Amino acid sequence: MSQPSDSSRPQGHYDAPEAPIQQPKLGFVGYLRFFWRQLTSMRTALFLLLLLAIAAIPGSLVPQVSSDPNGVIQYKANNPDISPILDTLQVFTTYSSVWFSAIYLLLFISLIGCVIPRTKHHFDALRARPPKTPARLARLEGFTTRDATGDAAAAVLVAKDLLRKQGYRTEVFGNSVSAERGYLRETGNLVFHTALIGVLVTVGIGGGFGYTGQRVVVEGYAMTNTLASYDSFNPGRFFTDSALEPYSIAVDSFVPTYEQKNVGALGQPIDYVANVTTTVRGGEPQQATIKVNEPLRIGGTEVYLLGNGYAPVVTVRDPDGNVIFSQPTACLPQDANLRSNCIIKIPDGLAEQVGMIGFFYPTAAELTDGTLISSYPDTINPVLSLFMYTGDLGLDNGKGTNAYSLSLDSLTQIVGGDSETPAIKLSPGDKADLPNGLGSVELTAVPRFVSLDVHHDPSQTWVLVFAVLVVAGLVTSLFIPRRRMWVKVLEGSNGSLSLEYAGLARGDDPGLDAAVAELADRHVDQLGLKVEP
Amino acid sequence: MTETLVSYSTIAVYSAMAIYALAFIMFTLDLSRRVAAPVAAAARVEAVGSGSTAVLVEPVIDEAPKKTPRYLRAAMALTIIAWVLHVGAVVFRGAAAGRVPWANMFEFTLTATAIIIGVFLTVQFWQDLRFIGVFVTGFVLIALGIATVNFYVDVVPLPPALQSAWLVIHVFVASLGTGFFALGAALSIVQLLQARRAAGRAVGLRFLDTLPAAEKLENMAYRMIVVGFVLWTFTLIAGAIWAERAWGRYWGWDTKEVWTFIIWTIFAGYIHARATRGWRGSRSAWLAIIGFSAVVFNFTIVNLFFKGLHAYSGL
Repeated sequence: MSQPSDSSRPQGHYDAPEAPIQQPKLGFVGYLRFFWRQLTSMRTALFLLLLLAIAAIPGSLVPQVSSDPNGVIQYKANNPDISPILDTLQVFTTYSSVWFSAIYLLLFISLIGCVIPRTKHHFDALRARPPKTPARLARLEGFTTRDATGDAAAAVLVAKDLLRKQGYRTEVFGNSVSAERGYLRETGNLVFHTALIGVLVTVGIGGGFGYTGQRVVVEGYAMTNTLASYDSFNPGRFFTDSALEPYSIAVDSFVPTYEQKNVGALGQPIDYVANVTTTVRGGEPQQATIKVNEPLRIGGTEVYLLGNGYAPVVTVRDPDGNVIFSQPTACLPQDANLRSNCIIKIPDGLAEQVGMIGFFYPTAAELTDGTLISSYPDTINPVLSLFMYTGDLGLDNGKGTNAYSLSLDSLTQIVGGDSETPAIKLSPGDKADLPNGLGSVELTAVPRFVSLDVHHDPSQTWVLVFAVLVVAGLVTSLFIPRRRMWVKVLEGSNGSLSLEYAGLARGDDPGLDAAVAELADRHVDQLGLKVEP
Repeated sequence: MTETLVSYSTIAVYSAMAIYALAFIMFTLDLSRRVAAPVAAAARVEAVGSGSTAVLVEPVIDEAPKKTPRYLRAAMALTIIAWVLHVGAVVFRGAAAGRVPWANMFEFTLTATAIIIGVFLTVQFWQDLRFIGVFVTGFVLIALGIATVNFYVDVVPLPPALQSAWLVIHVFVASLGTGFFALGAALSIVQLLQARRAAGRAVGLRFLDTLPAAEKLENMAYRMIVVGFVLWTFTLIAGAIWAERAWGRYWGWDTKEVWTFIIWTIFAGYIHARATRGWRGSRSAWLAIIGFSAVVFNFTIVNLFFKGLHAYSGL
C-alpha cells in the first residue's frame, strides 16, 4: 500500500516522527498462515493459471511419449544434442513431469483453499436475511422515484409481494422492503470449482484402475482378453490381473468401403466395418460389428477399431514340398493406398535361416522406371514383392527382437537388390522357386488385419458427470445476476406517497438499471394509482 | 450436380468478399468522419471561449445518437448483404458435399467467418458495437482471402473418423465460441487504445473521442468473452466425449487438445483477472487479445505444422 500524500491529510495533521516500521514477528505457524494466505489469494491463483497455460506449450512442440512414442524416438535421433537436456527436463513427458504437476497441484490446493471458506460463507449467506435498507437510496444504482397516493403500509406489502414473485428473498424494515436474489450465482461458482477438483481427482485416481491393450487380429483369427494375448499392454497403477474379464473376439471379416466415383478423392476410405463374433465366459457366441466411431462394449471394456491393413499368407516349402511356414503376416501400411511393408522370419526347416522383406501393393502399378506403386487401397491387382536374405536372424541368443524389423547385419541378400536374382513378385496363387535350391514360396491368400484397442476406464463416467457439473456451474455463475433491491415508501403531507427504488449489483450485472425501472413501473401499476411525473 | 453447387458457392464467396471489402472501406470512412466530428465540436467550444474540457465532450455525445451517419449505415447495409451471400456460400458448400460444411480448413474458415459476422450483426440488437465493424470485416476479409487462396480443397467424402454427430456439435460450437472471442478481442483492442488516449498517449487517434470509454468497452468485451468461454468449455467437453468414441480415450494431450486447453486456461485467467486487484483494465485486455491470438494460432499453425490426430485440414 502506498502512503497517502501529504496534501490528502486534513489540515492541522501532524505526522508522527519517522520511525523504522515494526513488522510483526511471525512464528512458524505465522509463516504457515502467511504462505497459505498467499497461496489462496486470487493473485496467486491467476499467476498459477497463466503459468499452467505457458507450461503446457512445450508438450505441443516436442512429441510426447504418451501420444506419439515413435515421434519421440525419431526426434531423439534427429536432435542428439538437445534431446538429453529435454529428457532431463522431462519435456518428452510434459504432462506428467514434476514441474507441470507442481503447477497444477499448487493451483488446485489454492483452489481448495479458496472454495472451502467461500462455501462456509455461502451457507451462512443462504440462511441470513436481506440486509437493512440503506438510509440514502439515491446513492445506489438505478435509483428512481415515483409518486403515488394511498396507504404506506399497503404500498410496502405490494412491493414485497412483487419482489417475492420475482424470486427475491424479502424483509420488511419499517417503511421499506429489502430484497436479495441470485444466491444461485455463488452456488454455481462453487459447483464449478468443486467439479473441477472432482475431474482432477477422478482422472488421477480412477485412471489407475484402468488398462489399455493393443492387438492385431487377422480375419479368421481371434483374440482373448488375457495378458498374454496382447501385443502391447499398459496397465494403470492399481491394475491387477483379476481386472481382465475373460472374453474372446473373433474377427470374421473386415469390410472397408472406398470412394469410387469422386475423382478428387478416389480410394479415400468412406467406411470401415469389422464383423466379429464375441464370446463371454459362459455365454453364447454373438455377432457384432466394430466401426471407427462405434466401439464395441464388452466385459467392462470398450474395443476400438483403430487401424487396418493387409496380412498376406506366405507359404514356404522345402525342396521336398513339405510346408515349413504358412501363416498371415501383418504388413505395416506406408501410405493412403496401403502400400505395406512386412517382415517374415523363418529360422527353422530350411537349409539356412531365411529372412524376407515383403512389399505389398494392393493395386500394383508400374512407374516408367519399373518401380511399383499402389494406386488404390483395395485388392484390384495385388502383388507381393519379396527380398530374401540368408544367414543369422539373431533369434538364437535369447534376446527379444522386434517382429516388424529385420537386422541385416549378419545376413546376405539372395533375392532382390544387388543380388543375382531379381525380386520375387507374386500374385495370389503364384508360386516361385527360391535360389540355391532352398525350396519354394507361394502367396496363398491376402486376408486383412485389424488393430484393436481394448480400453477399460472405470472412472470415465464420473469424469463425465463432473464435466457436466463444470458446465452447469459455469453457466449459472456467469449468467444469473446476484442483486439487491430496495423499495422505500415515504409519506408526505395530505396522504401523498413518495416511492424510492434502488438496486445494488454484486458482480457483473448489466441489466440492473432496467430491472429497477421495471420494478418501479410494475409497483406503481399494482398500486392502481395514476403516475404523476 | 456437386460441381454446379460448388461453383455457386465459389461465386457467392467471391461476391461476399468484394462487398465485405466495400463495407470495410465504409467503416474506415466512418472512422475518419469521427475524426472530423470532434474537431468541429472543439472549434465551436473554442468560439464560445469557455475552454473547459467538460464542455468539449458534451456536444459530441449530444449529436451522436440523433442520426446514424451515412457511412456507417452504408457499411452496415453492405455487411448484411455480404453476409447473406456468405451464408449462401456456406449452404451451397454443405449441399454440394451432402454434409455439414466444416470438415476441412477451407470449409471451417468459410463457416467460422460467417458465424463471426453473424454474431457481430446479432449483437447489435442489444449493444451498439458498429464501431468495431472495421476490425471485424477486416479480419473476416483476410481470413476468407487466405481460405480461398491457400486452404481451398475440392469436396471430398468424410473419412470414417469424422462420421459422427459430434462433428456437427463440437465443431459448430467451437466456431461459435471463436466468433465471440473475436468480438471480445476487437473490443479489447479499442479498449487499449482508449486507455492510452485517456493516459494522453494516443492523441493522434481522435476518432476515439466518439467511442465508449475504456471501462464501458471492458464491460462489453467481458460479456462477449464470457459467452465465448462457456461455448469453449462445452467444445472441450464435447471434444473429449467424441475422442473417447473415435480414438478410445477422452484426453490424450494431442497437440490440438493441448492448445484448446491453453486457450481455455488463458480465458479462465481473463475472467479471474477481472476480480483481481491490479489486473482490471489494460492487463485483462491484453489477456483477451493473447487468448484470441492463441485461438487463431491453434487453427492455423497447429493445424498445418504440428503433428497430431486432428489432421483434417485436407491440405
